[in-house]
Amino acid sequence: MPSTLIAERTEASLNPRQAQSARVRPGRQGRARVLTLGRTTLGLVLLAAIWEFAPRAGLVDPHFVTPLHEVLKAWWEMARDGSLWHQTEASLRRIGTGFGLAILVGVPLGAAIAWYRTIREVTTPVLEVFRNTAPLAILPVFMLVLGIGETSKDAIVCYACLFPIVLNTVSGVTNVDRQLLRTARVLGLSPVRTFTQVVLPAALPTIFTGIRIAGATSVLVLIAAEMVGATAGLGYFINYAQMNYLIPQMYAAILTTTFLGLVVNYTLVGLERRFSRWRA
Amino acid sequence: MAGHITLTGVRQEFWVRPESGRDGKGLHRFLALDELDLEVRDGELVTLVGPSGCGKSTVLDLVAGLARPATGSVRLDGEEVTGPGLDRGVVFQQYTLLPWRSALGNVEFALESAGVRRAERRERARHYLDLVGLSDFAGRYPHELSGGMKQRVAIARSLSHEPEVLLMDEPYGALDAQTRERLQEELIGIWQRTGTTILFITHDIEEAVYLGQRVAVMSARPGRIKELVEVDLDRTSTSRDVRSTPEFARYRHRVWNLLREQTVSVAGADERDKNGKEVEKVA
Repeated sequence: MPSTLIAERTEASLNPRQAQSARVRPGRQGRARVLTLGRTTLGLVLLAAIWEFAPRAGLVDPHFVTPLHEVLKAWWEMARDGSLWHQTEASLRRIGTGFGLAILVGVPLGAAIAWYRTIREVTTPVLEVFRNTAPLAILPVFMLVLGIGETSKDAIVCYACLFPIVLNTVSGVTNVDRQLLRTARVLGLSPVRTFTQVVLPAALPTIFTGIRIAGATSVLVLIAAEMVGATAGLGYFINYAQMNYLIPQMYAAILTTTFLGLVVNYTLVGLERRFSRWRA
Repeated sequence: MAGHITLTGVRQEFWVRPESGRDGKGLHRFLALDELDLEVRDGELVTLVGPSGCGKSTVLDLVAGLARPATGSVRLDGEEVTGPGLDRGVVFQQYTLLPWRSALGNVEFALESAGVRRAERRERARHYLDLVGLSDFAGRYPHELSGGMKQRVAIARSLSHEPEVLLMDEPYGALDAQTRERLQEELIGIWQRTGTTILFITHDIEEAVYLGQRVAVMSARPGRIKELVEVDLDRTSTSRDVRSTPEFARYRHRVWNLLREQTVSVAGADERDKNGKEVEKVA
């Protein structure tokens, strides 16, 4: 019988109290860990195999779905002649600028909204309106106003990243444990110190969730923006390759965006871990 | 050491909305405390006991300076309490340690806001962790501590800035019986050593009798001090189980009776509520 979630989650183990009093941590046998690792690898290997053999077997048109090895070959060539880096660099720079700016603006803005009741009550409906407008729907407006240069791309990434960051900061700050605030008051902390010493650290995990969502959003929105109007960047290149029938190169660029997304996400996850080591 | 608390004619009201399904609607003025008088003398340990919802915590909020009374006065050493201050330390029922700071860091936190210099801070924090028997756990984060340990850290934190008064709001409410008894004994020891005035709030009659030199029994709706019971027990001998002595049982029974009378009268008050006599209807 395959092991289901029920069995997995209700498996007999040391309860937290016992673990604590014996000063040990529950662990798993080496065999179980190897098995888990094997299964996770299996998924990726299967995906690669399907990509390689489905076109070869004629299940899909190999002209449109290039077998994986050809894609990897194209990727390697593009990496060697520098064209891949040229496109990636353009995209990275936009993500860095837009996403970075969104963090710099979004966290203080969210904190101010949460901190002052008046600002919160005035901005909440406005934020709701903007949040529920798809960022890509406003992309043409950005192009009109800011032109098709770098500014419009940086701006759209920044704009799209701003909402998850602002909204999560607002929620993190407003939901700070009431008892912690009472403690701060009882200890006579000034409002500024209460904010920096109590509220901000308490809200940090929630803020980070917003930053992570924003990280994923930044890649997504940027690629789309580059497809619409740009002269460099991965999104631009994917579109360009498709129209010029450079299909393996197109897939190579798509794979690169995946890689970019993974790098952004795991960097943020790593940072989050560093900042929240105190959590259980 | 000073630390004389006086509450005179204290009245406290809140705006409330009835729960759905109850008679009446709109905002009401809820009378939490009315004509409450209480005095805690320098260096005294007074416990405040009462049925749940009687306004015990409201009394503590007033003394802590987290709220101001509607009428009446709250004084500490003759001076009106207008806000929180480091002359009072507070231990809440909920665990209020900063989860991102170690036990030592949490105690130092109080000293930082008291403006104690860095070098002295660490030393003093260690001293107070030692006082509550947690020297070995200084580097642990709150999630690595048991409930009892967390409350001990909170007590160490509240004592570290050397307040004149320690206010405790059901600090042991969430602990298991054995841990609670041990912490009660520890508290008596700390109180005797530091001479701090302590106002200890609880709903547990045994706890109130065991800890209090005097037990203030509160009545509910509106909250008032119904009676002050002087408790004369020898708690210093560790070999004797004070809780099982006949004197202890007598005190316990006395407080129990006082609270029991009330449950009956509260049930009566509920009836009156419906006629709108107790609760003033405004909107």
